[in-house]
Parts: sequence; structure tokens; C-alpha cells
Amino acid sequence: MDIRILEGVFDANERIASENEALFRENGVLAMNLMASPGAGKTSLVSRTLEMLSGKVSIGVIEGDIASSVDAEKIKSYGVPVVQINTGGACHLDAAMIREALGHLDLPSLDLLIIENVGNLVCPAEFNLGEGLRVMILSVAEGHDKPLKYPLMFSQSHVLLVNKIDLLGMSDFDVGTLRETVRRMNPAMVIFEVSCRTGEGLPAWAEWLERMVRERKNQQRM
Amino acid sequence: MHELGVTESIAGIVLRHANMNGARRVLKVNIKLGELTGIVDRYVSFYWDMVTKDTVAQGAELNFVKVPTVAYCNRCREEFRIEEYDLTCPRCGEVASDIISGREFVVESIEIE
Ligand SMILES: Nc1nc2c(ncn2[C@@H]2O[C@H](COP(=O)(O)OP(=O)(O)OP(=O)(O)O)[C@@H](O)[C@H]2O)c(=O)[nH]1
Ligand SMILES: [Mg+2]
Ligand SMILES: [Zn+2]
Ligand SMILES: [Zn+2]
Repeated sequence: MDIRILEGVFDANERIASENEALFRENGVLAMNLMASPGAGKTSLVSRTLEMLSGKVSIGVIEGDIASSVDAEKIKSYGVPVVQINTGGACHLDAAMIREALGHLDLPSLDLLIIENVGNLVCPAEFNLGEGLRVMILSVAEGHDKPLKYPLMFSQSHVLLVNKIDLLGMSDFDVGTLRETVRRMNPAMVIFEVSCRTGEGLPAWAEWLERMVRERKNQQRM
Repeated sequence: MHELGVTESIAGIVLRHANMNGARRVLKVNIKLGELTGIVDRYVSFYWDMVTKDTVAQGAELNFVKVPTVAYCNRCREEFRIEEYDLTCPRCGEVASDIISGREFVVESIEIE
């Protein structure tokens, strides 16, 4: 006997993600899912962003990590609310983990929620968290051919931060080739070239992000 | 990468429907899998035996139907198959197309007895 099912394997996650999304919307919070390989500079970018937007935007952070709490400790020193999620081995965050973490945050007091996903270029792109903004980092040390190897994340993200541009002279990383590849995969992608070490390029990113946060607030008022 | 978790989700869906329909045994599971998902069907099949051990789905065949990545060109009003994740329309050269398939991951049907 044949039984029709037609159930998506990610349906359960998608359902919770849309509940999270509704919560973010009601509270006028822009949720940003930050994804990249291990060591690409996610925590460094969160730190820099906190420095640049402090006093202008009220920010909360969720730190996803397989086991440690090193990153969460770093971020706590900025005096912002931080919730640590240990995935216990899982290679990505999912919507249910975020929903649980939201119980430890005062959403109405936030404008921006930055979620540092687990270091991984594959899985995080499959799991919608309910975020309004998907941001990925590619560091110069990883090479400019990554988009073709990890197409889903590059085609799903709104923003690409090319980090560690202070190392450009020391590698054969070609920003022009990267831009052209990305343009063909995801023409709407907004690209910033930055260095979390020297600070180069970061003000443009911070201004853009602040504008997105304001737009979200205005949508809530309408 | 997370094929084990995914396999558990598939087993959950299959067993729920198998039980609802009073199945003694699940013979086959038909799954639609988009090219863009990055899920490796070989690994899912590998975990399947482990995940369904001692259930009515043990030994069921997993049949994956691959869905190619297809985009739509708004200018030409035409669909085209994407190669190498390049969204450039082969007809007009525009890169403004929407991806219309390739992200599917759906348990379509099961065969039971
Ligand atoms: N040269 C250089 N190094 C950087 C830059 N940004 C970050 N780093 C260094 O890269 C290393 C990893 O940075 P993190 O910010 O911890 O990276 P991450 O992506 O959070 O890493 P995980 O959470 O472990 O996946 C650290 O040693 C940083 O100091 C940069 O722009 N240039
Ligand atoms: Mg980190
Ligand atoms: Zn994963
Ligand atoms: Zn066209």
C-alpha cells in the first residue's frame, strides 16, 4: 500500500522559526544570524560591532558553541546581555535552541540580537532560526573559491563580510574573483571588505547595520 | 554534515505515518532531495539502518529523487537549469533570477504492508 506523506524534513524547525520571527517582529528586534567557518572572525566581529554601536543601539547576543563558553565570556565583558547555547556536539544552531535562549533575554529592551552560529559553512544555512538578517563571514585565509564549495550559505545570506583583509598581501586571495562569483550566485548580496584587526572597513558595516535596525523599528511602528 | 539528525527526522516522520496506518512493515520510502541542500544521500542511507533498528521501518529501502537547481529569469519569463551555481540567464545574460527549486527535502510517500 502507498501512503502519501509530503512532509518536509525541516518542517518542524521551520514552524518554530516562524514563531521566533513573529516574536522578533512584535518586539521590533532585528535578529541577525552570523555564520562562518571556525576562526573566520565571528566573535571578533561581534566585539567590534558592540564597540561601534554602543550607546546608539541596544544589543543582545546569543553565543552558539559546541562546548566551551570562551566566546560568551569575551562578549560579557562588553556589559551586554549574553546567552550561551552549548549545542552538545551539534554542528549548527536550530530554531528550538533559539526559542529556549529567548527565555533568558528581555526582548522588548533590545533593538538588535546578534546570534553567533556554530563555526561551520554547511549546516547553519539549512536551519532557519527566524532571523531577519543572515550575515556570513569569509576570511582571506580561507581562499576565494569557497562560494562554489559551499553554495547554499552564499546563496541564502544577505551580507558577506570579507574579513582579515590586512592579510591580503600575504595570500593569493583575489577579491575581484570572489565578487564576480558571488554576483553570479546571489546578485543581491551586500559585500563589505573589513579587518577586525585593523578596523579597516568596519565603520561602513556599522552604519549599514544601524540603518537596518532603524528600518526594523520603523516597520514595527507602522 | 548533520546527516544523522536529518535521518532521525526522516525516521520520525516515517514511523508516525506507518503507525497511523497500522503498518507491519515499511518497504520503501520515497524522498525528494534538492541539489542545493548539500545533504549526502549515501550518508543518510548509512545511518538509516542504525536509526530504524527494531522498528517497522527496519530494512526499508530509501529512494531518493534528486531535484535539480532551477532558476527563473524575469526578463525572458523562462526557467533554466543552474550549473555551477551560476544564476546568469543563458539566454539574456541577466543575473536577477529567483531560485525556484533545489532546496526541497521532503518525505513524499511510503510503501507499507
Ligand atoms: N589578521 C587578522 N586576524 C583576525 C581578524 N579577525 C579575527 N582575527 C583572528 O582570528 C582568530 C579567530 O577569531 P574569532 O573572532 O575567535 O573567530 P570565530 O569565527 O569567532 O571562531 P570560532 O568561534 O572558534 O568559530 C583570532 O585569533 C582573531 O584574533 C582580522 O581581521 N585579521
Ligand atoms: Mg567565536
Ligand atoms: Zn549541522
Ligand atoms: Zn533571461
